[in-house]
Amino acid sequence: FVSEMLSAQGFGGPGKMKEYHYAGAVENRFSPYAFNGGTVLAVAGEDFAIVASDTRLSEGYSIHSRDSPKCYKLTDTTVIGCSGFHGDCLTLTKIIDARLKMYKHSNNKTMTSGAIAAMLSTILYSRRFFPYYVYNIIGGLDEEGKGAVYSFDPVGSYQRDTYKAGGSASAMLQPLLDNQIGFKNMEGVQHLPLTQEKAVQLVKDVFISAAERDVYTGDALRVCVITKDGINEQTIPLRKD
Amino acid sequence: MALSTVLETPGAGFNFENATRNAALEGLFGGGQTPKPLKTGTTIAGVVFKDGVVLGADTRATSSEVVADKMCAKIHYISPNIYCCGAGTAADTEKTTDLLSSNLSIFSLNSGRNPRVVMAVNILQDMLYRYHGQIGANLILGGVDCTGNHLYTVGPYGDINKVPYLAMGSGDLAALGILEDGFKHNLELEEAKELVRASIHAGIMSDLGSGNNTDICVITKQGVDYIRPYQESEYKDKRNIKYRYRPGTTPVLTEKVVTLKLEVVQEAVQKMDTA
Repeated sequence: FVSEMLSAQGFGGPGKMKEYHYAGAVENRFSPYAFNGGTVLAVAGEDFAIVASDTRLSEGYSIHSRDSPKCYKLTDTTVIGCSGFHGDCLTLTKIIDARLKMYKHSNNKTMTSGAIAAMLSTILYSRRFFPYYVYNIIGGLDEEGKGAVYSFDPVGSYQRDTYKAGGSASAMLQPLLDNQIGFKNMEGVQHLPLTQEKAVQLVKDVFISAAERDVYTGDALRVCVITKDGINEQTIPLRKD
Repeated sequence: MALSTVLETPGAGFNFENATRNAALEGLFGGGQTPKPLKTGTTIAGVVFKDGVVLGADTRATSSEVVADKMCAKIHYISPNIYCCGAGTAADTEKTTDLLSSNLSIFSLNSGRNPRVVMAVNILQDMLYRYHGQIGANLILGGVDCTGNHLYTVGPYGDINKVPYLAMGSGDLAALGILEDGFKHNLELEEAKELVRASIHAGIMSDLGSGNNTDICVITKQGVDYIRPYQESEYKDKRNIKYRYRPGTTPVLTEKVVTLKLEVVQEAVQKMDTA
């Protein structure tokens, strides 16, 4: 009378217990990136540009800081908004600042918005195989004094836009901007040119909406309005919960 | 008379057929993802005070990083003297508490007694243990019965703890900080309500998964006071511009009108007494 030990694995007997997989050695990979949240937005008008961002810095479900704006002033006519991994945002802006200084010393003139955009594209692509985890949007005035917005992806692809949203709530903001600034999906509406006052109010409203539904957006809104007279900054409170 | 089947455990023991089927389904979505269950990402808290139990919860339900519901109810009715706060997967907490509530009302009708909190806790524990954590429900059960005021916590794997104060959910550490600092035995009603409100508020401010308003439920021997919302969020979403669309803004591409031919078959008039 021989009895056989039935192993737990693959035993399809009366209890019909399926295969139980033992995981073995578990490797926890170190990830060099973190997602710190945040939303940025830029709008170009006839003779002005607006770059706005929320000021919340988060990680997972916690808040690191309620006062960490994502707009950085580059020149008197250009502001960049960076969201994504905060470590890369800081390093990237330092690199851009250094390159701006080098250009100024070599060429005795300040870089224009278009030139900064082209340069940023090459800086980002130089790290094609270990990218900067940053979503950039540059807002400023071009050589003719008209508003310009350049939007980037993490590896340097860019284009000039009239308006663009980036960061965690970008998918919520972009359709609203398409409708209100681009007059998309509407018929029989007068295409009035965007005034500076209406643009600032629209940006504030749009961020209030984003803070309602996106957990990573909130605390406060920093709005930078760029005109030929300089850069004007305002801070508006958003929901903190 | 035979007792209804409510308190009998199903004969099959561990039933994991669906768990393996779900794992198999993961691969079938062609590179996409199986629909993610809605998690509440919550702050819930409970405190035992002199005359009863106070339960509190926030009202935000998140679906990963998007707020799905700004006013969801996380304090569930179990029986007239027992309420339950739920954190974790929203569907799991809803259905588990509904099932428990139905079973306990059958029990009440059969035995003519109010259910005791220990009964509720044991039924929950049986069910959750049987599913070995597949049901993602983190519950805080509070109630008043003939043996006193009780507060229990039940975890998804079926572990229970009987405690005088507790917080659960993603905002539990923030809430627990306030509770640890302010809790004393035999608090008065207003002190207990304020303590729970403050702890939920801490969770709402510090945790991204919790937010919006605070609900409170006070259970005493005299009855239940379900205050929803107890504290409204101080942030109002007031917009600067009015966004209005004239009729005709959405273009009509095609229009098809199908007339319904109706015949009057029978007509009957009944006068209403409107005196």
